[in-house]
Amino acid sequence: MAVKYTEDHEWISVDGDVGTVGITKYAAEQLGDVVFVETPDSGSTYKKGDDMAVVESVKAASDVYAPVSGEITEGNPALAETPETVNEDPEGTGWFCKIKLSDAGELESLMDEAAYKSFCEGL
Amino acid sequence: MDGVMTDEADTEALKRTPLYDCHVAADGRMVPFAGYEMPVQFEGVKPEHLWTRAHAGLFDVSHMGPCFLTLKGGPREGDAAHHAIASILEQLVPSDIAALKPGQSRLTVLLAEDGGILDDLIVTRPLAADRQGMLYIVVNGAVKERDFALIEATAGDKAELMRADDRILFALQGPEAEDVLSRHFPECRGLTFMQSQRMFWSDARCLVSRCGYTGEDGFEVLVPAEQGKTLVEVLLEDPRVKPIGLGARDSLRLEAGLCLYGHDLDPSRDPVEADLAWVIQKSRRMRGDFPGADRITKALADGPVEKRVGIRPLERAPAREGTEIHVGGTKVGVVTSGGFGPSVDGPVAMGYVRADLAEPGTAVHLMVRGKERPGEVCALPFTPANYKR
Repeated sequence: MAVKYTEDHEWISVDGDVGTVGITKYAAEQLGDVVFVETPDSGSTYKKGDDMAVVESVKAASDVYAPVSGEITEGNPALAETPETVNEDPEGTGWFCKIKLSDAGELESLMDEAAYKSFCEGL
Repeated sequence: MDGVMTDEADTEALKRTPLYDCHVAADGRMVPFAGYEMPVQFEGVKPEHLWTRAHAGLFDVSHMGPCFLTLKGGPREGDAAHHAIASILEQLVPSDIAALKPGQSRLTVLLAEDGGILDDLIVTRPLAADRQGMLYIVVNGAVKERDFALIEATAGDKAELMRADDRILFALQGPEAEDVLSRHFPECRGLTFMQSQRMFWSDARCLVSRCGYTGEDGFEVLVPAEQGKTLVEVLLEDPRVKPIGLGARDSLRLEAGLCLYGHDLDPSRDPVEADLAWVIQKSRRMRGDFPGADRITKALADGPVEKRVGIRPLERAPAREGTEIHVGGTKVGVVTSGGFGPSVDGPVAMGYVRADLAEPGTAVHLMVRGKERPGEVCALPFTPANYKR
């Protein structure tokens, strides 16, 4: 199950036609302490690049964009009470939502792990 | 997601404080602020914030606008000289500067002709008997050029303004600040809140003031750049001291209920609605001899239309600057500063609401990204002040 990355520091891990989405370790480190996450509602639909969620650190609020188009099947309920999970395990238990892909072809425009790593090194 | 990469503003034109290299060496993340490259954080906003409340945090505030306003002919002895210099500054501010005791500092506001707030500033009367006829003034960095020009124009040929923003101005804040600083300035223990005194660190002439912007006890020190760099390095070697960035400076001052100019104060607001009527001493109210006296006197008598208050969001979502405040579906105010308070361990905000809704406990709705979220008006500060009175 391959993980793909966006230039806006979201990751998506696809299993069948459902992808789990979160923000990368790099993004979580840049943000600092996460104090609030607004995850999308189940059933809502997004196009690739839409504002989908909001993550707030002590400093500021940042939009999280949909890495692919699709329908939300689940937001991570744990983040409401423990937003710090995003710092502790951003690419694991700190996931934001699950999205049912409407166009799996969109994944091809995203970076694989090696490409994302070199992208971050260039920042 | 957005907001991850640093601001892509033109860093070429930005100035650096004498402590720039020190910040970079301490892994500070540098961002543009008030025309300077300043550290927004070192270890992280939350740990820096909590460290300052528990120990001692060191803040570079050299981007601010320290200056000296001195009667032509230089400082001298006597109350008459102080009264003469005070009468010049009092043309621009509504506080009783003449009544300052030697070594005493006072918060005041620079007023526009219509009574709007152009800046907030700290004014200090020198303690030394032979340094009268002089005021030490610290204005905000973002507006210092305009402030300096305004003060100079008002002084005309009666007084001279000498900028001191080529020096280092740093703050040491927190419950351990006194113990740390007194190793280098033993006399600092003798100061109480809003007192200031000239002190020496080896041969460096410094101005040490017991004040700050965190709600904690602490000091601000003005020191020549070269010796100041060494002094700051020495202070940072103390295990009780950590460098603190702008991020924690903002969350600390917000919890302390202190205003940030350009956000909580601006030229559209007068001191009464800003809940700063206390900076206008009775003597000045009676004389009514300050810019915008008509508007301000009327607001003092009738009460303001809007008032600055604390706002506590009752859920976890922070209400940031610009968040509309609603009651019964109608907009009744706006958040001017908002974020997360690490010591409160929850969201905190301040803003302006219609004066009849300014009572602590008043229920409001905060329009966060189009959703109504519950909040209430509350008293400031969010965390008790720990000043040494």
